[in-house]
Amino acid sequence: MKLLWRLYRRELALAWNGGGGPLLSVGFYAAVATLVPLALGPSPERLAATAPGLAWVALALASLLSLERLFERDFEDGALDLIALSPTPLEAVAAVKCLAQWTAVGAPLSLAAPLAAVALGASPSLAPLILACAAAGGLAFAFVGGTGAALALGSRRGGLLIAVVVLPLLTPPVIFGGGAIDAFAAHLPWRSGLLLLIAYALAAGGLAPLAMAAACRNAQS
Amino acid sequence: MLTALANPHRFMAFSRWAAPLLGAAAAAFLAAGLWLGLAAPEDYQQGTTVRIMFVHVPAAWAAMAAYACLGGASFFALVFRHALADAAAAAAAPLGAGFTLMALVTGSLWGRPMWGAWWVWDARLTSVLVLFLLFVAYIALRSAIDDEVKAGRAAAILALVGLINLPVIKFSVDWWNSLHQGESIFRAGGPTIAAVFLIPLVLMGAGYLLAFGALWMERTRAEVWRRRSQALAARAAFR
Amino acid sequence: MFRGFGLELAAGEAAALTGANGAGKTSLLRTVAGFIAPARGRVAFAGPAGPLDEDEARGRDVHLVGHQEGLKSARSARSELLFQAAWTGGSQASALAAAGELGLTPLLDLEVRRLSAGQRRRLALARLLASPRSLWLLDEPLAPLDARHRELFGEAMQRHLLGGGLILAAVHDPLPIPARTAPLPA
Repeated sequence: MKLLWRLYRRELALAWNGGGGPLLSVGFYAAVATLVPLALGPSPERLAATAPGLAWVALALASLLSLERLFERDFEDGALDLIALSPTPLEAVAAVKCLAQWTAVGAPLSLAAPLAAVALGASPSLAPLILACAAAGGLAFAFVGGTGAALALGSRRGGLLIAVVVLPLLTPPVIFGGGAIDAFAAHLPWRSGLLLLIAYALAAGGLAPLAMAAACRNAQS
Repeated sequence: MLTALANPHRFMAFSRWAAPLLGAAAAAFLAAGLWLGLAAPEDYQQGTTVRIMFVHVPAAWAAMAAYACLGGASFFALVFRHALADAAAAAAAPLGAGFTLMALVTGSLWGRPMWGAWWVWDARLTSVLVLFLLFVAYIALRSAIDDEVKAGRAAAILALVGLINLPVIKFSVDWWNSLHQGESIFRAGGPTIAAVFLIPLVLMGAGYLLAFGALWMERTRAEVWRRRSQALAARAAFR
Repeated sequence: MFRGFGLELAAGEAAALTGANGAGKTSLLRTVAGFIAPARGRVAFAGPAGPLDEDEARGRDVHLVGHQEGLKSARSARSELLFQAAWTGGSQASALAAAGELGLTPLLDLEVRRLSAGQRRRLALARLLASPRSLWLLDEPLAPLDARHRELFGEAMQRHLLGGGLILAAVHDPLPIPARTAPLPA
């Protein structure tokens, strides 16, 4: 447990410093959010209708982009070999890496998401729900995306491949979160969407480490 | 049956005559299904375009069957490290993608007269679209890793992850559809379908599944041959 | 890769794996470490009390230093050494002592990116000395080291063997300690 906490702190430090960390992801997110009105036109009604959904999809993309190096850097420099030679199961290591990734990148993005949505014209009353969805969804994105990152180890063109592998699997969380936000905006019952999103994130947190560990072992062999 | 065929030599001997036989059976079923399908009366609502159903719905069935086969073969390849199962998985994925694409294209052709649009975000079509993306992801991952053994195992893990996710994706898309589209859309294959449409549909379904089986076997054979020739070339190089 | 290779290593023994490039030295080390499953044959571990479970032995008693040191270039040498030593069961005090022994103490506050290849290797070897693991799997451990540090690490290896440790090293140059030669079949 103590070792995992150490690993978590190290991963956090690496995610924070290595390659720009949260600044880069939030920067990407801000840039996408800026392009939206430029593409759709500044009409407030139109933006208000599409803003929550766009903020949500951009969040999925931004979380995904930062995942590329999650396992690759340890795989390339041999740290994954060292980490594997330990009584700590690789499944727990994978889960800790995803949690650290979520803390370093997912949490700042969750804070940025309501800001972006409101700036694009969504009603400020939506902000708390968007924050909650972004936090829970970010967890799901981190675990599912981490699975893609582990599977892409040892491939050419890692980043693009991870996106192609992961995006179809992100269908449920994108739908659940988007559904909850949409229903709230339309004054419909919205809780089921948020609960489904949380359930999906928890299930991904439980199951994805198995796939990640198997993928890492395969790449190391 | 399955354990007997797990032996590559026995599989090659069996599939040598079984694949053409399946192909012939598929051709017979497809011919009968097409004949009855074209002879069926026009639907009172859809007119003659209802016949697209006979090529569209079975394609979706075959695509789902292909993913089930891909998942099953991947499971055997991953858990028992079975080389033939890996070859079968590699052979199934492009077929599945093909059938899925066929379902999407015929669905779009059917949608134009039905809904007045080439594409409608109907729950079924969307699920099939995501299924297509899963096949594409599998093929992309498999071809992006140079080491074939590792590529096969990584792809098998992805296939199983996708298999677990498919029911969730299906549920989420249905949920999304119920949220956004209140009006009901005509759905083929419902329980109220008349026998005059049902019989050709079932025949076509059997034909598609048999055709998938025949092609799958033939592609698996080709994959086994390709690996044998590569192994021979490698052995010659190191001698 | 190779077939017909057998080796038994007793406590206090070292073996030098030799063979041409591509003979499979690295693969053999990774097989012993459990990363590669052998197509045929097996790897077995035993302790004083009898046979050991493979996974448990690999988790507690095996240490591999390969071509890559697993060091992160943006982190300080000290934090990397302490993390790696802790992860493999070494204490902070033993890690710092090992760093001192290999002449790394003045370098510990530098970022890893500023270390040379030889200094990085010494950092990896320091984590080896720091953690209480009996079987050392070394892949060309001395290649980037200068003469003085080869000697220093040779003394450390000697001490490890005297303490009942085992060393299996893939080498091209002879090891600075008495070691059996285990040639891989071509």
